[in-house]
Amino acid sequence: MAKLKDHLGRPVVAVTGIGVVTSLGIGKADNWAALTAGKSGIHPITRFPVDQLNTRISGMVDFLPSSTKGASALTYELAETAGREALDESGLDAENFGGPLFLASPPVELDWHDRLALYKSGDNLDAAERVLEAARTLNSCDMFDSAQFGFIADRLADTFGATGLPITLSTACASGATAIQLGVEAIRRGECDRALAIGADGSATAEALIRFSLLSALSTSNDAPEKASKPFSKDRDGFVLAEGSAALVLESLEAALARGATVLGILRGCGEKADDFHRTRSKPDASPAIAAVKAALADAGLGEDEIDYINAHGTSTPENDKMEHLSLSTVFGERIGRIPVSSNKSMIGHTLSAAGAIEAAFSLMTMREGVIPPTINYDNADPAIPLDVVPNVKREAKVGTVLSNSFGFGGQNTCLVMAREPV
Amino acid sequence: MSLNDVVITGIGLVSCLGEGPDAHWRALSAPGAAPVLDAERFAPYTVHPLPEIDWNLQIAKRGDQRQMETWQRLGTYAAGLALDDAGIKGDEALCATMDMVVAAGGGERDVAVDSAILEASTGRPDFDVLLNEKLTTELRPTLFLAQLSNLLAGNISIVHKVTGSSRTFMGEEGAGVAAVDIAAARIRSGQSTHMLVGGAFQTEHPDMLLGYELAGYLHRGPWKPVWQRQGAEGGGVVSGSGGAFLVLESREHAEKRGHKAYAELGPVVSGRARRTRGELASAIDTLFEAAKLPDGKLLTLSAASGGHAATRAEKAALDARPDLAARAFGTLTGHMKEAQFPFAVALAALAVSNGAPYPPFDPANETAMDEKPREALATAIGYHQFEGMALVRAA
Repeated sequence: MAKLKDHLGRPVVAVTGIGVVTSLGIGKADNWAALTAGKSGIHPITRFPVDQLNTRISGMVDFLPSSTKGASALTYELAETAGREALDESGLDAENFGGPLFLASPPVELDWHDRLALYKSGDNLDAAERVLEAARTLNSCDMFDSAQFGFIADRLADTFGATGLPITLSTACASGATAIQLGVEAIRRGECDRALAIGADGSATAEALIRFSLLSALSTSNDAPEKASKPFSKDRDGFVLAEGSAALVLESLEAALARGATVLGILRGCGEKADDFHRTRSKPDASPAIAAVKAALADAGLGEDEIDYINAHGTSTPENDKMEHLSLSTVFGERIGRIPVSSNKSMIGHTLSAAGAIEAAFSLMTMREGVIPPTINYDNADPAIPLDVVPNVKREAKVGTVLSNSFGFGGQNTCLVMAREPV
Repeated sequence: MSLNDVVITGIGLVSCLGEGPDAHWRALSAPGAAPVLDAERFAPYTVHPLPEIDWNLQIAKRGDQRQMETWQRLGTYAAGLALDDAGIKGDEALCATMDMVVAAGGGERDVAVDSAILEASTGRPDFDVLLNEKLTTELRPTLFLAQLSNLLAGNISIVHKVTGSSRTFMGEEGAGVAAVDIAAARIRSGQSTHMLVGGAFQTEHPDMLLGYELAGYLHRGPWKPVWQRQGAEGGGVVSGSGGAFLVLESREHAEKRGHKAYAELGPVVSGRARRTRGELASAIDTLFEAAKLPDGKLLTLSAASGGHAATRAEKAALDARPDLAARAFGTLTGHMKEAQFPFAVALAALAVSNGAPYPPFDPANETAMDEKPREALATAIGYHQFEGMALVRAA
């Protein structure tokens, strides 16, 4: 009989549904097949012209009906698609979920094409005033909704019948992990038996790309897109901007077992720690990331020697991968050389607000399937980062526990610890 | 009384009325307070502008100030005021273990660059190429960071060293409600001992007005109090720049370090009415039930925006409860979006702490109250979506 309370007397949190969309495809089956085949979803940008751009590749999701309809519409469709797959798998009512919703999604801004349409429909000499005047005259519900930060979650809550006030959050590149953490905490506090955590990001616009590019964060390996994302390699030159989504149905283990649901994995622990060093750079001693990893292990009630696999943040930026190695080698000591550490981003790129959720989904699948997805494009090892990155080819392995890292701009560090089975 | 009760031990406020809890108490507790308005700069819209602020007082490094635009500066400043007020600012150990939830929208875009792009679009069939040309050459690299929602929290970590954890909630007034709700829930459950929670809104930027005006929410024409805008030109919202941060602690944590609390934060309730299906009125009733209101006269700090439908529904619900002495502070400060609910909770705590109600801000629509408030209610019925309330009690 599985224990229903954890080492701190809190309800154990199970995962009973998983959904995922990335540039590799829609749904777990397609994604898992591509991921374990070492296939890259990175491709040339076709959504907008790439004139003047230093980076002309991405992991955009180009195959959904909303792929050309702007960041808000696409983020919604990504979230809904993953959410529906997760709910269907859980066996819960996808129209009447009956638990809270936690959504990690990108900050919204009025789409440039909408701004232009407003400008073109007015005649005031001052551009900003003209846009405002035109907005007032047009009174477009669609444009308004797309610029409201709470709109996507509001609509998802309607679609899935989530209860209460849905929370939309941003902790930059850690957002997806934070959404899961909020769901875990709500169940642990006894506020609900189930929660829906979704991370979705369809915001790879030209402006987003340019902004990251101006911060020198993006890979410019345009000639071989599928080779561009190369975490832990010596010649890594930045991350690849990408889109995607993942959803987890979280339930108290007690509730899941009571209704006879299939338990796909256990969310054992969450840890976080903010960095006060710099807006985009991590503290050189990696102390915040170290603290986040340690906090996740402590929350999970697991020791450093009880982690079988690490799903790295592994962005492929010079700075992140170095800092991540420093943090992991500090926490795990010399044993880090024997723990497989791979980066899904080598294949799907960096899905920003969705990354933490997508990588949690893949971590859970890694345990269930007994297969570790590789870090592809690992042709030129960085001697300063001696890790077993599961280079280029998947590996069969019995994985009982996973640590998944998420680190983001603004000093955001969130780590999740997951287990295959309840204790 | 329980060790894990949530108490409010620090308040940081900025609005057109000034800065700090004392300045706000003085301004709002004096009968006949007048709003500070700017009807010229963004005509036909009126805004409540920021007061003069010496950023150096809370953001010591010029380099840090330069990395932010006004919205982030304002939030970082208000957060600093709250930390100061709680006696936590500069206490490395307390800041390093302090958890934070920030309610945020987005930061300011570069109006000059955006306008130049729009103006250059005339006669250009290839707008997307124009965008690339202009954005790659004219955007300031660091401006992106000044726009990112979670970078208000990021700057608070950098400037004030609050690094226990950092979460940013988005979604207009609802983000403020959820931030206070989650912060309180974490303390009650023992998941956190002390938290910084709040938000800021900087309305003096065309895009911040545009956010409302895309659906015609802004009031136009001569200024009126919140409750008197029904039927007036425009959508009823008059926005204001401001920020509100609270330091919340477990009773045990506050008592152990010997810091006096303004008030206890009681139930925080929230909801999402499906307004297009006409659920708002019943949803407000449900929240009043859930907030477990005490008997007798109850001072009620309403975060009403003036937005026609939401404010009408809230007014009807308040009028049906004659014991509630409503005070729509937006009449004097304007609507501060994400910061509006934390602001309401702060004003409720100030009244309880000072043992005196606020006089009516709109005597034609708000009833007098003479009783000393032992409790006070804060409400936020979002101008477009999401609702919440919190009950504050004497500590």
